[in-house]
Amino acid sequence: MPTIEAELKNLMVAGLDGDATAHRSLLERLSRHLRGYYKGRLARIGRGATEAEDLVQEALLAIHTQSHTYDPAEPFTPWLHAIARYKLIDHLRRTRASLADVPINEAGDVMARDDHAGAESAYDLHRLLSRLPQKMRRAIQCVKLDGLSVAEAAGRCAMSEAAVKVSVHRGLRALAALIAREKKS
Amino acid sequence: MKTDDLIAMLSTNVDPVDRGQVVRVVSIAILVGGAAALGAMLFTLGARTDLSEVSTLTYLPLKLFFTMGTLVLTSIALTKLARPGGERTTPVTLVALPLLVIMLVAAISLAATPSSHWEQMIVGDQWLECLLSIPIIAIVPFAVIILALRRAAPTDLVRTGALGGMAAGAVSAAAYAFHCVDDSLPFVALWYGGTIALCTLAGATLGPRLLRW
Repeated sequence: MPTIEAELKNLMVAGLDGDATAHRSLLERLSRHLRGYYKGRLARIGRGATEAEDLVQEALLAIHTQSHTYDPAEPFTPWLHAIARYKLIDHLRRTRASLADVPINEAGDVMARDDHAGAESAYDLHRLLSRLPQKMRRAIQCVKLDGLSVAEAAGRCAMSEAAVKVSVHRGLRALAALIAREKKS
Repeated sequence: MKTDDLIAMLSTNVDPVDRGQVVRVVSIAILVGGAAALGAMLFTLGARTDLSEVSTLTYLPLKLFFTMGTLVLTSIALTKLARPGGERTTPVTLVALPLLVIMLVAAISLAATPSSHWEQMIVGDQWLECLLSIPIIAIVPFAVIILALRRAAPTDLVRTGALGGMAAGAVSAAAYAFHCVDDSLPFVALWYGGTIALCTLAGATLGPRLLRW
């Protein structure tokens, strides 16, 4: 455990400084931990793997868009566990499951592991994107999906570089909100 | 959507993250809320005119010490509660310290006074105005503080909402103190403390609805 904590924390801090490779390997490692965590929890109330994958993706999106709330002076695992747990409780509330059936408070096994390559959620990224305001959609398309640099994206979308960055950031947050809203209906 | 695709998307073109954002946004919200509360007090109620009297010079600093003390402690706690898991490491009961101190001092001052004066000391002249003004002035600061907290990720929405309400109540009470002419400690303990508690309760009730993410 202590070594996993140190490794994950290093990746997180490097990611906060803008290291894309570290950020990627952090999200990859966390996706395996989160998958194990959510599958374990949901299996006990007879829910399937797709639903667990929905949660994995929501948690990853939250970890990414809320990374500014991580204080590097604090350990990383409790921050991660708080997000994973919050998303689980929120999910169970929205889908009207009884919280009593799922053991939410046992910490620790947020470090469970499940490597299921190519796992898929029920969300359709392109359909979700199409519901975002045009500015955010185009910014995410250019910078996050086509891999253009911010400067190139700014040229293509006729926006300033700062506006592109803001649109990407807001767009990802809006995406997370869309997913949450979709679930309630 | 494949999880691998999501990860690829999120880790394409990663920008450095502004780590000071939570503290900065909460501080700005408190300052803006403070300015709004002070403005509301000046334009609707007006500051007390006896600012150089001895009684004013004794009691205004006491009222400010209590309200600002509460405000500073709640603000610090909010910058921690706004983060996932922050509730685990933040001793939130500490924010009630100024209230406990003022209640203690108020009790002592009552004990030292003949009971015939108690009614005047506790009820004062403007208790109703105080009871209404502090929660009403707190509405705008509360909204600003909630907006700031929504830019972070609290995971204990009841406690975070409660402290948001408490900070708004404290900022409002601090502004109201410049208007209030009831100079007695029991009055401050009861009406200021009571209205701040009311704001805390309102925040705790609204928190889960307003702060969800």
